[in-house]
Amino acid sequence: MVTTSSPAPTEARIWQLLEEVSDPEVPVLSILDLGIVRAVAVDGEHITVTITPTYSGCPAMSAIATDIRLRLLAEGYRQVTIHNQISPAWTTDWMSQAGRAKLEAYGIAPPIDGTASGHVLNLFGQDTAVRCPLCKSAHTHLVSQFGSTACKALYQCDDCREPFDYFKCHA
Amino acid sequence: MAATQSEIPTAPAAAPAANPLFPLVLQLADTSLILAHRLSEWCGHGPVLEQDLALANIALDLLGEARSYYQYAAELEGQGRTEDDLAYLRSAVEYRNPLLVEQPNGDFAHTIVRQFLFDNFHYHLLKELQSGPDARLAAIAEKSVKEAAYHLKWSSEWLIRLGDGTPESRQHLDKAIATLWRFAGELTTPTALETNLQELGLLPEYAALLPAMQAHAAHVLAEATVPLPAAPFAQQGGKSGRHSEHLGYLLAELQYLQRTYPGLTW
Repeated sequence: MVTTSSPAPTEARIWQLLEEVSDPEVPVLSILDLGIVRAVAVDGEHITVTITPTYSGCPAMSAIATDIRLRLLAEGYRQVTIHNQISPAWTTDWMSQAGRAKLEAYGIAPPIDGTASGHVLNLFGQDTAVRCPLCKSAHTHLVSQFGSTACKALYQCDDCREPFDYFKCHA
Repeated sequence: MAATQSEIPTAPAAAPAANPLFPLVLQLADTSLILAHRLSEWCGHGPVLEQDLALANIALDLLGEARSYYQYAAELEGQGRTEDDLAYLRSAVEYRNPLLVEQPNGDFAHTIVRQFLFDNFHYHLLKELQSGPDARLAAIAEKSVKEAAYHLKWSSEWLIRLGDGTPESRQHLDKAIATLWRFAGELTTPTALETNLQELGLLPEYAALLPAMQAHAAHVLAEATVPLPAAPFAQQGGKSGRHSEHLGYLLAELQYLQRTYPGLTW
């Protein structure tokens, strides 16, 4: 039997470790910044982490579950259950302020609250005014609602001409 | 085991009382999976990069939704079948998707019309399902309706661009509408199963969805300068397992890996 010298897990310690697990598709964000960790429960040696997907088909979810297990295993925590919960549905409101700042510094425009595309009859509506993460100009336009991953839209800056990703508001 | 007196010796082993939700959840799963697969066939072939990405994004959303339904269906059935068994090890006649979603991609206009007809139904159905009495189904719908709103917006805008675009785009759109509109009726024509679930309050009445669907279609077609197509005849059968020949070919590709290497997991 392998024995471990790790101290018994505490919820606070697990939250700390989860801060070190990043989103594989947006590596500048931790999974806590992204707001997908809904709960941590510790029962003796047993740890349960509840996560929620951003989009239904997000292919990063299984990678994230594996990364959580590996990070906890590195600390000697072997009894880990990852619970997937879809309700209440994830919203960008759960993204931390620190996460939004990190996104912009990384070159991805952070979500602007209250601009979710909920009105399907608002066709060809006004594009959400998104600030260019590079030159900070507000003169940008939407290229496509569907970007490099499910959670992002594609924009282009009209001033510096740089194409960039916008993390869609999802509420 | 010795038969007890109450058993009828010639009767087959009684199946456990089936949950009436199981076939419905399976039908929802099949519908999203088959359309996701069709859309994924566009990957790398889209007319421009941005729309190639859009098609793949929508496919991925639908695939995620399908997985949520298949996982739930497997639990409801309780026979030990997994989401993979349900998606990969059933034959064409066991699939319950409406005929519309298995129709081949054709050209971009064809794909847009198919998508528009589906999205207009899907979005309005999910909007109702999310406040339905079954908590699990409501949770899946609550998650997916946000995505379906983007899909409907996208297919509506493209239908307008193609209709009110050039004579060439209009010609393609007209042809797609003439071919596909007949498949729309099946979506909102309840089967015996659906009628039963609607009576149990587990599924919204399709008649109640129609006014919003028709209003949206009328708005989009007017913007596209396309006259509202007459649909005197609805091609049906998919929801009862009577499919077009296209589904068999689609499944041959979709299921190839699982049937060749049994036991692979997603």
